Amino acid sequence: MERVTEPQEIRTPREVVPPTPDVAAAPERKPREAIFGLEDVQVSYGPKPAVRGVSFDIGKNEITALIGPSGCGKSTLIRCLNRMNDLIPGARVEGKVRYHGQDLYGSEVDAVEVRKRIGMVFQKPNPFPKSIYDNIAFGPRVLGMKGSMDEIVERALKQGALWDEVKDRLKTNAFGMSGGQQQRLCIARCLAVNPDVILMDEPCSALDPISTGKIEDLMMELKQEYSIVIVTHNMQQAARVSNKTAFFTVELDDEEHRSGRVVEFDDTEKIFTNPGDPRTEAYVTGKVG
Amino acid sequence: MEAATTTAGTRAAPTLGAARRRWGESLIKALLILAALISVLTTTGIVIALLRETIDFFSEVGVWEFLSGGKWTPLFEPGSFGVRPLVVGTFLVTGIALLVAAPLGLGAAIYLSEYAKPRVRKTIKPILELLAGVPTIVFGYFALTFFTPNVLQDLLHLKVDLFNALAAGIIMGFMILPTIASVAEDAMSAVPQSLREGAYGLGASKLQVSVRVVFPAALSGIVAAVVLGVSRAVGETMIVLLAAGAVANNSLNPSEPHQSLAAFIGATAGGDTPTGSIEYKTIFAVGMLLFVITLIMNLISIRFVRKYRQVYE
Amino acid sequence: MNAQAQPIETAAPSRRAKDTAFRVALMACLGLSILLLGVLLYDVIKDGAGSLDWHFISSFTSISADKAGAQAAIWGTIWLMGICAVFIVPVGVATAIYLEEYADNDRWYNRLIEVNIQNLAAVPSVVYGILGLAFLVRGPLALGNTVLAGGLTLGLLVLPVVIISGREAIRAVPPSIREGSMALGATQWQTIWRQVLPASIPGIATGVILALSRAIGETAPLIVVGAATVIAFNPEGLDSQFTALPIQIFDWINRASNDVNNYKPLAAAAILLLMIMLMLMNSIAIWLRNRYEQKW
Repeated sequence: MERVTEPQEIRTPREVVPPTPDVAAAPERKPREAIFGLEDVQVSYGPKPAVRGVSFDIGKNEITALIGPSGCGKSTLIRCLNRMNDLIPGARVEGKVRYHGQDLYGSEVDAVEVRKRIGMVFQKPNPFPKSIYDNIAFGPRVLGMKGSMDEIVERALKQGALWDEVKDRLKTNAFGMSGGQQQRLCIARCLAVNPDVILMDEPCSALDPISTGKIEDLMMELKQEYSIVIVTHNMQQAARVSNKTAFFTVELDDEEHRSGRVVEFDDTEKIFTNPGDPRTEAYVTGKVG
Repeated sequence: MEAATTTAGTRAAPTLGAARRRWGESLIKALLILAALISVLTTTGIVIALLRETIDFFSEVGVWEFLSGGKWTPLFEPGSFGVRPLVVGTFLVTGIALLVAAPLGLGAAIYLSEYAKPRVRKTIKPILELLAGVPTIVFGYFALTFFTPNVLQDLLHLKVDLFNALAAGIIMGFMILPTIASVAEDAMSAVPQSLREGAYGLGASKLQVSVRVVFPAALSGIVAAVVLGVSRAVGETMIVLLAAGAVANNSLNPSEPHQSLAAFIGATAGGDTPTGSIEYKTIFAVGMLLFVITLIMNLISIRFVRKYRQVYE
Repeated sequence: MNAQAQPIETAAPSRRAKDTAFRVALMACLGLSILLLGVLLYDVIKDGAGSLDWHFISSFTSISADKAGAQAAIWGTIWLMGICAVFIVPVGVATAIYLEEYADNDRWYNRLIEVNIQNLAAVPSVVYGILGLAFLVRGPLALGNTVLAGGLTLGLLVLPVVIISGREAIRAVPPSIREGSMALGATQWQTIWRQVLPASIPGIATGVILALSRAIGETAPLIVVGAATVIAFNPEGLDSQFTALPIQIFDWINRASNDVNNYKPLAAAAILLLMIMLMLMNSIAIWLRNRYEQKW
């Protein structure tokens, strides 16, 4: 029962307007403030690496997209940024991941604290089997946030563009919502703990085009306050919403082992209109999938 | 739009170290490990309890006499400590039980797995579960007060004593039947449909598919089911204790009373056996033998279950 | 000769007969089992229904059979189930949580614990009685022939049931729930306590009821642990001597060999009572499962 407030549009890739004017024409412009600094990062689940050679910065209040064919390690990499890979036994991260200058994998760093600041939205919406209210309130409760829970929940749902649709049924089970609503609930849940960064791992791939559109609009609003990194296999989506794009590719080594690698990282407009590497060009023009 | 009311999850990036080193999490993990160790302690306790008294027992009674002797009168003065009659009794009753439970159980399993429609399965399975849930003392009562007099003696006109191994064995068979049926049925259901379809496609009948394709394919699971059933029968006390009497008997005549290993323990241990007496020690020695036999059977059964799971899952 | 040109013949009559005979034989297997269950229930009801009355429930056992009742046995059973439950729920659930959420299966000691639980599930119940006798009744704890020793012995016996069904219930909670919780900054225990456990409670509760259904009918371990057969009081504390329904049944069956007419109905009535209690427990389990089962 979603209200469609605008007529359905068929979304076509439109020209991306760079968020800040006056771009110096240097091929790789470092953003003024970097949230993440990745230096030659490599992630392995076993003896062989799943993704390697990742070196770029993620900027504040920007949307950074990670694109590339499946199996190239985009999800693996994004899960490094909030140390979710810690949950997988045998996962190893080499290289440096700096968060506001601090080594994210330093020995004194507590992964739980990391995740309080860096939130994540998953590919398949995963609301808890609780009410809408309790879904949002879960994070603030376990983190011991002070203040009126009702206010916190309302603010998170408003930020997540969900408040109007659910304000009368906060106590109903979250499983009763549609897929698109559930994903916005997961985003709102993430926002409720007031994070610094939001990571999104293919957030719209399980959703219909209308819900996708709503979430993309939401992302554009959210980037004013938060920094967003999104993994997407939908090129047009990356072109629509992101400021910067990293293009990954898959490599086959001598023993037929697949690993991913970053080929190019630049302003989104440049990646899509004038990519530097032929592999990037082949991908964004659709010559390879 | 700073949120003045929140203190955690702040958007700046102060230190990422934990406020306290999360000792609460470590404490909880330690408590959970302690709980898990209780099961290890249980096994250790069983082994120690049995071993200690058994070793003590063998200081008075020779191992060879125990294992091979044919007369079991431990409570007499002087006693005989040959455990063979108890073993004979155990396996006589178990053997009869198997004669009942194996064909009936496997037949039921084949029917449920290959023939029964889903609705029939849904009604039958709870009934089998009901049979599995009947306490063994009720089976014992039934065997002694109904089955022997009314079925064996009156209906079938068999010359059996009031306490006899036949009644105990047959009723025991029905007791282990649900175990055999459910494990065997699991194994048969795990056989991929493609195997059946291949056979049907060649023109085989359901009988042929069930017996020549599914049954052999599920064989390791079926063996596991039977071994599990036997293990339960060997360890079962009350049916034998009530229906087969309390006389250690070397003969293989099922119409006579017999005593099994477990039934002996049940008959002798009564709460007031003095610690350290020879009586006390026989309980443990017999218990040790029982434990070892069922342990070996159980390990064999697990092996077979693993084999059939590996093949198809 | 082209096989397609020949009309498809129906199966030869002998084969049809064989098929049908096989099918009938299989159904007979099931039928015999159901028949036996039916006859057993009929026999117990016939023997005992007449004696199952208020007098029976409220009287204690006595030398004269017509005055005897099962009150001490009923309360003994209730006490035993209570102690058993208080033991198996925390220990069983904690073990299940450890094995599912914390234990790394590559480590040998965790695999050992798993194999151990599987083996314990198949140890004869009378051996648990011996364990109880050696360590709880006598030995280090020296609790004596008390209801506490009896309850703990039964608890150890059915603990594997709780652990195994608890693990299944916990495993059924999808990993995505745990991921969502951890990604918000919850610790592992917070995730387990606030997400995984609440979602697994129906499965765990069913497992506990299953375990208690087994424990309630066990006789052999109680015999070995020294449950009394002639007791004329209800348990007054954890250190009370005790009896239980299965033990009382056992005693009355033994007396019936000398005095059938007086004691057989008593035994049957007590059996009926036991079966009614069992039916009640299983109905609760089924109700719980249907009402609260989480569909993911």
